[in-house]
Amino acid sequence: MRLNIEGLACRRGERVLFDGLSFAAEAGDAVVVTGPNGAGKTSLIRLIAGLTPPQAGAVVVDGAPLARESLHLIGHLDAVKGALTVKENLAFSRALLGGRIAGETALEALGLAALSELPARVLSAGQKRRLALARLLVAERPLWLLDEPTASLDADGQARLAAIVAAHRAKNGIVVAATHAALDFPGAREVRLGGAPA
Amino acid sequence: MPIRDLANPHRFLALARALVPAFAILAALLLGLGLVLGFRAPADYQQGETVRIMYVHVPAAWIALGTWVLMAASALGTLVWRHPLADVSAKAAAPIGAAFCLLCLVTGALWGRPMWGAYWVWDARLTSVLVLFLLYLGVLALWRAIDDPDRAARAAAVLTLVGLVNIPIIKFSVDWWSTLHQPASVFRLGGSTIHPALLTPLLVMALGFAALFLALYLAAMRNEILRRRVRTAHILAAARAER
Amino acid sequence: MIAPLAAIVKRDLLLAVRAGGGAGVGLMFFLAVVVVVPFAVGPDIPLIARVGPAVLWLGAFLASLLGLDGLFSADHEDGSLDLLFLAPVPLELVAAAKGLAHWLATGLPLVVLAPLLGLLLGVEPRALGAVTLSLLVGTPALTFLGLVGAAIAVALPRSGLFVAVLTLPLAIPILIFGVGATSAAIAGEAAAAPFKFALSLTLFFLVLGPAAAAAALRHARD
Repeated sequence: MRLNIEGLACRRGERVLFDGLSFAAEAGDAVVVTGPNGAGKTSLIRLIAGLTPPQAGAVVVDGAPLARESLHLIGHLDAVKGALTVKENLAFSRALLGGRIAGETALEALGLAALSELPARVLSAGQKRRLALARLLVAERPLWLLDEPTASLDADGQARLAAIVAAHRAKNGIVVAATHAALDFPGAREVRLGGAPA
Repeated sequence: MPIRDLANPHRFLALARALVPAFAILAALLLGLGLVLGFRAPADYQQGETVRIMYVHVPAAWIALGTWVLMAASALGTLVWRHPLADVSAKAAAPIGAAFCLLCLVTGALWGRPMWGAYWVWDARLTSVLVLFLLYLGVLALWRAIDDPDRAARAAAVLTLVGLVNIPIIKFSVDWWSTLHQPASVFRLGGSTIHPALLTPLLVMALGFAALFLALYLAAMRNEILRRRVRTAHILAAARAER
Repeated sequence: MIAPLAAIVKRDLLLAVRAGGGAGVGLMFFLAVVVVVPFAVGPDIPLIARVGPAVLWLGAFLASLLGLDGLFSADHEDGSLDLLFLAPVPLELVAAAKGLAHWLATGLPLVVLAPLLGLLLGVEPRALGAVTLSLLVGTPALTFLGLVGAAIAVALPRSGLFVAVLTLPLAIPILIFGVGATSAAIAGEAAAAPFKFALSLTLFFLVLGPAAAAAALRHARD
């Protein structure tokens, strides 16, 4: 699988965030998008996911437009419903995305197995973040788009994230992550926004 | 390929500067002529002098309906082509259309009292025009409630298109349901049924109203464009201050 | 494609039941309207019985409209809406699924409660049947039309009144034909025509609602 970002342009209100942005990623690659606040990291992730149409440019995978069935998006917000249990939240994501992998496996990998029957509203911010990340494991999708994945995560959580990302890359998946913090993705390419042109 | 700038409506502003006074003068002339003709036209044998309210009520209704259709066309421009002038057009037209709709309802009520004995009846025509007025208010509220002008334009555009279904209902309500309101007598497939002595002042007033609408509409569009320029200038000033 | 949609319906129903807000409050509001009207009208029992069906429709109408707030806003606020956008089903069907769940949680209970409240108003049995049936046909129309208002106002700060106000003008015909069908049935006249009209309105909104709501949601993104 080869991801090609070609000449992407993004405008927010009257401001041009970036213009003519291009980069590529092969199977097994990781791309880390960095930049100051307001530089457009989240906008870029959402553009690639197809949630907003670009002002210009295209997101191409193996010569065809990126299909939403090929990607996972873990955005800024956790998409966790407080009134449902951890298990129910994950089961919903699994059913929605047509996933085949058991929820228990995903919860194990993110260290949430003990909390599975609890209502999600009692979880801490870091635990909710892990629950959001668990979504990545219930359905197999080649491209992972992550927006500030380590927000609120403690050292253990960050290690688990690094582990699942490494496993995904080993299976020829691609990861594009926008972040402020340092991410433990060995051999990752950096795309810097809001500074010198790409 | 660099990003294109926001469509610069220089040409439109130049056009508006010329057209607004032209339409205003035309409106004044036509309305003046229309009123003179209206008062010189024969009174109705049943209704007497009050039939003359028709010369304000009917054109106001036509403008109110036509404005919603104009807004719907602008809505398509916003949603399909994302053209900024479409946003401006929709936002400028809405309050004017609402005002003409209100004028239609009020003059209708004033006419209804002597003619039917009631200021208001809940028949299909009146109810659907009242629904149109409520839709106008909804669109105006939506424009004010959303800060970002692009988002507001898109939300208003969807509501406008959904509300478009009301227009044919208004037009055909007097044919589909038995109503107190008079059936279609001008725009109908067989030609109009109004006597020319009454039709002429009516059409003159309608043209006058249309000219008035265009003058107000173009002026409002110009104001909105200028308002957006001020807003952009403010935003840029704030951004520059940050650096 | 059914599995994701069924998951949406199931989740929304669970949330409605547990979040202890939506469904119950709508019913309480319905009850409140019905209880308050006799006080406003005065101790004229035959009159109250005669306007009873209309009052039931009015209460259900208002309760439905006011309950639309948060249909999409709740998902927008916690990021679930993005998840729904990316699901492998068309957004129109996602909207329809949410509409179905919303009606099951808020509209259907109103229909069930209506005959009981009708007894409070002294409405006669045949009229009770007519009202309930017309509500059963009409409340889905209110919900599915309401999808559009909820979608248009998705990013706005939560004001239950705003979505109700946006939706109300186009909901008026639903009320008119719903009550019309009821009155015809009560008077023993041919209720078939107004009923068919009410039914066709519902079918119309069952299609228009999700389609327009999906369009509104798409255009509400940046």
